[in-house]
Amino acid sequence: MKSLRKIVRYLAPYKGWVFAGLGLIVVETLAQLGVPRVLQFVIDKGITPQALNIVLIGAGGLIALALAGALVTVLRAFYTARFSQGMAYDLRNDIFERIQTFSFSNLDQMQTGDLITRVSSDVEMVRMFTSMGFMMIVRAVVLLLGSLVFLVATDPGLSRIMLVLIPAVALIFWLLANVTRPLFKRVQELLSRLNTVVQENLAGVEVVKAFVRERYEINRFEDANEAYMKQAVRVNQLMSGAFPLVLLIANLGTLAVLLLGGREVIGGSLTVGELVAFTNYLTTAMFPVVMLGMILSMLPAADASSERILEVLEAEPDVKERPGAVEAKLTGRVTFENVTFNYNGNADAEVLRNINLRVEPGQRIAVLGATGSGKSTLVNLIPRFYDVTEGRVLVDEYDVRDLTLHSLRSQVGIAMQQAVLFSGTVAENIAYGRPDASMEEIIAAAKAAQAHDFIMRMPEGYQSHVEARGANLSGGQKQRLAIARALLVDPAILILDDSTSAVDMETEYRIQEALDRLMENRTTFIIAQRISSVLNADQIIVLDRGEIVAQGTHRELLKSSPIYQEIYYSQLRDDSVIDVAVSDNNRHGQVERQE
Amino acid sequence: MGMRHGGRGITIESARNQGETLRQLLAYLKPYTLHLVGVFLLVVVSTLLTLAGPLLVAQAIDRYIVPGDLAGLTRVAVILLGVYIASSVFSGAYSLLMVHIGQKLILDMRSDLFRHLQTLSMSFFDQHETGDLMSRITNDTDTINRVLSSGVTQLAANLLQIVGIFIAMIALSWQLALSSLVILPLMAVITGAIASRSRSAFRDVQRTLGTMNASAEENIAGVRVVQAFAREKETIDEFRAINRENRDAGVRAQQIVALLMPLIDVMSTIAIAIIAGLGGWLTLRNALSIGVLVAFITYVQQFFHPLRQLSQLYNQLQSALAGAERVFEIINSAPTVADKPGAKPLPPIEGRVTFEHVTFGYEPDKPVLVDVSLTAEPGQTIALVGPTGAGKTTIINLLSRFYDVQEGAIRIDGYDIRDIQQESLRRQLGIVLQDTYLFSGTVMDNIRYGRLDATDEEVIEAAKLANADQFICRLPQGYQTVISEQGSNFSQGQRQLIAIARAILADPAILILDEATSSVDTRTEMHIQEALQRLMQGRTSFVIAHRLSTIENADQVLVVNDNRIIERGSHRELLEEGGFYHDLYMSQYRRLPGLVEAG
Repeated sequence: MKSLRKIVRYLAPYKGWVFAGLGLIVVETLAQLGVPRVLQFVIDKGITPQALNIVLIGAGGLIALALAGALVTVLRAFYTARFSQGMAYDLRNDIFERIQTFSFSNLDQMQTGDLITRVSSDVEMVRMFTSMGFMMIVRAVVLLLGSLVFLVATDPGLSRIMLVLIPAVALIFWLLANVTRPLFKRVQELLSRLNTVVQENLAGVEVVKAFVRERYEINRFEDANEAYMKQAVRVNQLMSGAFPLVLLIANLGTLAVLLLGGREVIGGSLTVGELVAFTNYLTTAMFPVVMLGMILSMLPAADASSERILEVLEAEPDVKERPGAVEAKLTGRVTFENVTFNYNGNADAEVLRNINLRVEPGQRIAVLGATGSGKSTLVNLIPRFYDVTEGRVLVDEYDVRDLTLHSLRSQVGIAMQQAVLFSGTVAENIAYGRPDASMEEIIAAAKAAQAHDFIMRMPEGYQSHVEARGANLSGGQKQRLAIARALLVDPAILILDDSTSAVDMETEYRIQEALDRLMENRTTFIIAQRISSVLNADQIIVLDRGEIVAQGTHRELLKSSPIYQEIYYSQLRDDSVIDVAVSDNNRHGQVERQE
Repeated sequence: MGMRHGGRGITIESARNQGETLRQLLAYLKPYTLHLVGVFLLVVVSTLLTLAGPLLVAQAIDRYIVPGDLAGLTRVAVILLGVYIASSVFSGAYSLLMVHIGQKLILDMRSDLFRHLQTLSMSFFDQHETGDLMSRITNDTDTINRVLSSGVTQLAANLLQIVGIFIAMIALSWQLALSSLVILPLMAVITGAIASRSRSAFRDVQRTLGTMNASAEENIAGVRVVQAFAREKETIDEFRAINRENRDAGVRAQQIVALLMPLIDVMSTIAIAIIAGLGGWLTLRNALSIGVLVAFITYVQQFFHPLRQLSQLYNQLQSALAGAERVFEIINSAPTVADKPGAKPLPPIEGRVTFEHVTFGYEPDKPVLVDVSLTAEPGQTIALVGPTGAGKTTIINLLSRFYDVQEGAIRIDGYDIRDIQQESLRRQLGIVLQDTYLFSGTVMDNIRYGRLDATDEEVIEAAKLANADQFICRLPQGYQTVISEQGSNFSQGQRQLIAIARAILADPAILILDEATSSVDTRTEMHIQEALQRLMQGRTSFVIAHRLSTIENADQVLVVNDNRIIERGSHRELLEEGGFYHDLYMSQYRRLPGLVEAG
């Protein structure tokens, strides 16, 4: 129960409510204990001697006790609701916050569906335990102690029966907890699996439909569903089988009391009223024992979920701020020094090898290379989405690992390959990196990204809602919003990671022009497939299998690099096209000179 | 982003018809009628045995202990022992059975929910958040399960106990029995009043839980962007706000429900006090024996216990209904694109595709395509060209029947696609989409997604054709490399290669390539082009691409702009026309002169 113990610390901020609740439940339980006492009093002192006034007083006492008990119970339940929900709230926030700090390499190994299960279902398991379990433990202990006192007071001899009953019940539940603990962990794991199947299915619904894989998905789901169900049945049947057993033990206690107590009554050492009271107390005493058992059986479930919560809370992000990391205003000089990188320490699969690169503030640098040659990885090292395996990446004179993540990332604007948008309006999506941006700034960024026109054509312009998965936008429109989003941050370093692949050329050309103006004072990294996107770059590097194989300006590379030439000419295969292009440009007077 | 509330069409207000929801929920119990009868019988026996306990104890006291009959006492004790053992055995049996029924039922319900989701149309998924749908499949069904698995037996057992105990009470003293009923109407009123409040509170709980799940899903799936924009703080604040709503709803629900038990307890104590007073008075007048009164008081306590349980159960049922409402909301929603009754499967097609005056908008009054007509002969390659957002992808979406046209018709080999089964249509289409989605699993699994019965060799062959084999073989585990969520360990270009391999493996009659190679470098693309050319041979193909080199070889080029097809013809014809296409084409080379000079 180590994990649960750690999680219970989350109750600390609610100490006041917890203790108030615990205090009240003691009172509540004592009031409850008083009821049989008063009843016995009524029977022995009122009914048996036939004293009506005593009976009436007793009845009045009962009602008064009930009213007081009810008030206390309500108050206690209110406090319990507060602290158990409060703790769940804090836990969820902390898990969510922790997930937000995970680096890309952590995230590569996690699944959204699994993390969501931990945020919702596992926290709920713990919450239910603190909500009910906690109070019930105190209540059970008080009831048990109280009943024991009364039992002993009524008949010390008969009370010895508890010495047998309690350990017997305790043993059953101890065994049960040990057996079910790993089973409960498995239940939650299977629930995670189920959630993952659903999450993937929904996120990839277009592919599912396009390939008519509904039936396959249903099979996948039903496998997960059935595995989960079977495990849940197994655990719950174990638990529900235990209850009748404990009940039997409690009943055997009653039986023993009847036999032994009956003898005493017959022998004259016990009154009938006392025997009835004793039987009542025994029932009251066995009730908490059974109750304790129920709570103890919730314990392994809560503990298993606590462990899963702690797995997230205690996971260390791979990319962490160093103590003493500094904030700095960056000008945008980027230097790679002997950078080598592989994912997750997998030295067999080096993604980048011995990269050396120096980019001056305001320069534009283009990265070309085959699919999978490491282009995205290279730029991902600048905002420190991953840490280098060897060497270092510097921005200005700072190793990126010496800067605070916020300071570094808020000065790097990135438009990623996949344009992920969030639910909300178009305007809110553009202002994602700078929520305080004015409408004018948002529009300016949208204009530069050539997004303004299509946004204005949307039903509610900038206030139009972006549907789930950006479904009401085309691929190119999403990419342009992503570019606008990156531009609005007004970053010292702008990274466009193949971010215009779905934009038509005319639009891309206009984006390029806008960038020419906007990029003057910022360093820009462009990953692109189209050669036309990289022509004006101050430096072009060509990556091949993680190494820089060519570096220079367009003119230099066209002269010196066979691989660059190949890329260049592969896009200009058709000579006649160039002729047309040239004549067209002449006609439009947009060409100064041409050989 | 704090604007979840304004989202249009995100939540469907349910009819809130409690009776209807309950009826639908009960329908799920139907397949288990026989099991339930079994449970009921077991509950009856076990309850009768439970009732027999105190009766025997009373007998033991009155008949044997008071008169001092030790032998009789022993006899009763033996009977009691048998009763107790049998009672436990029976209650164990029905618990086991009920756990089984409860879980099976939820399995059925989840399965129905998921199956139904798979039949719903794209427009549904455009308007529902993934996390919220997930919450319905797991959290809401779980709420139902929690109530149902214990609720059914409790209901049966408690009703029986009430009847049984009441009969016993009448047998002991009918005057006392009737007087203890006085309190019942009051209990019913209180339970009803609280339940109607808890119902709306539970609704809020389930709804906010769904919203919280949606926020978590979105921001966990999109955490890379959150970090890229250093938006962690705002994202966390947003989550906190939604989480707070869930907490407050939870507190409210818990507090409302908490009122019930104490109120019922006060009532029952008052009733017991009245009985004690009344009974005492009766014994004084010798109208009642002391033993009977003691037994009666025990019964009255026991009588209120199941009543208390029932009212508690009624309250819990409200939370189950709140969950059920959300589940049935989905199950009861009809797909907007549905097979007509009697729709026939599409026979193997040649691939003639015609659009006849097609008009369509995702929202009825905002047309995305207006009066679009086109004809693709079998085996032809049709290139769709035009600015972003002009409607090219929409043409593809309509051809795949992800949405239905508003006006006009789309025919394949003469069949209106609305008259045939969706599945038989899509099985003959091979689609490579703009956003390449990979599922968790191995590379092999992901390519095989195109045709599930393909052998490993066929998968590898398809990968070779798509030029994906090379990079796959360089991966640490080759085809067995596990793709992490959304394929984040693969570059966009690599993902596109896998998607192309997937389509090649599917071997469709009509091939649709929507920006299939946009993120592949040009050298690789040249290789893929060869493969695609081979693939397109003999198949009708629709190609959307911005790189015009991809579409030069098309039989027809359709230029889509401002919701219409404005130019059509071959690449060369259109270039010579000097229109929109010509300008579009030229923009690709606009920056060339400077470098031609350099070269």
